[in-house]
Amino acid sequence: MKSLQAMHHLLAEAGHQIEVLEHQGELPMFRDKLQVVGLFPLLPVSAEIFQVNIGKMCNQTCRHCHVDAAPDRKEIMTRETMQLCLDVLKNNPSFTTVDVTGGAPEMNPDFRWFVEEIKKLNKHIIVRCNLTIILANKRFHDLPHFFKKHEVEVVSSLPFYTQDRTDRQRGNGVFEHSIQALQMLNAVGYGTAGSGLLLNLVYNPAGAFLPPSQAALEKEYKAELLKRYNIFFNNLYVITNMPISRYLDYLLVSGNYEKYMDKLVNAFNVAAAKNVMCRNTISVSWDGFLYDCDFNQMLDLKVSCSHSQHLSSFDAKAMNQRSIVVNQHCYGCTAGAGSSCGGAVAK
Amino acid sequence: MENHYYNAEDLGKFGAVSEWQKTMGDKFFAWYSEVFKEGALSAKEKSLIALAVAHAVQCPYCIDAYSSDAFEKGWSEEQMMEAVHVAAAIRGGASLVHGVQMMNKVKEIAM
Ligand code: SF4
Ligand code: SF4
Repeated sequence: MKSLQAMHHLLAEAGHQIEVLEHQGELPMFRDKLQVVGLFPLLPVSAEIFQVNIGKMCNQTCRHCHVDAAPDRKEIMTRETMQLCLDVLKNNPSFTTVDVTGGAPEMNPDFRWFVEEIKKLNKHIIVRCNLTIILANKRFHDLPHFFKKHEVEVVSSLPFYTQDRTDRQRGNGVFEHSIQALQMLNAVGYGTAGSGLLLNLVYNPAGAFLPPSQAALEKEYKAELLKRYNIFFNNLYVITNMPISRYLDYLLVSGNYEKYMDKLVNAFNVAAAKNVMCRNTISVSWDGFLYDCDFNQMLDLKVSCSHSQHLSSFDAKAMNQRSIVVNQHCYGCTAGAGSSCGGAVAK
Repeated sequence: MENHYYNAEDLGKFGAVSEWQKTMGDKFFAWYSEVFKEGALSAKEKSLIALAVAHAVQCPYCIDAYSSDAFEKGWSEEQMMEAVHVAAAIRGGASLVHGVQMMNKVKEIAM
């Protein structure tokens, strides 16, 4: 499978996606919803998480991917841009966590160097590892040891504990390799009690529906993965699929777009809106630009403070005072128990 | 009014039944939501039971709602179809078992 970009698909353009989101159907404007509950303009509460997308290259081409990542994507962060990230991190101690994502971030040749340098700054590191990369090539087989050495928190997608649902969303054979990779992570201590090595899994719905309760599903995942494959992990994050990029394409092609958006709008939850992740996160793209979150990044909605839109001109004060850029896709973060890179945000 | 008895959009208006009888409607919806909470049976198990019952009572609204709900809660297509077979088997069996009643009656009056 190819990326939308490689297929010269209209939805590969951020502008076209926004056009669909703003004009298809008759949905209330997200900003009006926020206004009614006193949350507009949406403001940051802190700058704790520095999320860096170090490239769109990926060994997989999942159907729901909001990044439009694929093996054919060549955009990856250079070491120079990574150095700019490190400079910002050094100068801004409020960032306690660095969340490294992609694509498959491990495919960036400077990935390991970057992790080692972040570690020297004494930051907590999260790597969003798609699991299959560990088995994709011999040079990645030692990743579990590398993660362990740097006490990296590993966050990995496993859309379900059965092969059928996982492979439908992520491609044939992904489930089997994911299970093997989880066993390799467990073997070095990940997810096991007392090891301090965190292994968190991510559930996304394999279709046009919202995720079920995080607590109930976590219990079920733990019991089933243990029983079937002797696998341990720490937490399950349930994440709502965002109507962006390939998932937006899926919604439109399958005729589910309007119903799905209605579901998101009807499930708008003020408690989730108060805790959306953009309020404590800054997102950085492979070429060093700054966004309120990874979703805004994919829609090319840069942060609103115009003189601080790139790492090279990072202005912490302006960033803390900015208004977060919201649009119709934001309904994906506020539906039901809410959704973020750390799962549900409202109890 | 649409010119047919069932309209998919009416499912979303279910709550409106309280408008004409608030006390009973409110009690029903409170009870309904209590029934489907995690309990001695999980919400997931209850969803599959609801799906089977929906087929037994042949309610298109309930089939719509619980096909989505059961799938969302993680039941596979195969499991869901087995649940429908359970409902169908009980319905079929319930008819057939009355055959005994028929046999009894016929035996009673036949020479
Ligand atoms: S969802 Fe993750 S693993 Fe799948 S294509 Fe996108 S970046 Fe790669
Ligand atoms: S999509 Fe981004 S900007 Fe919108 S609410 Fe979610 S995290 Fe915030």
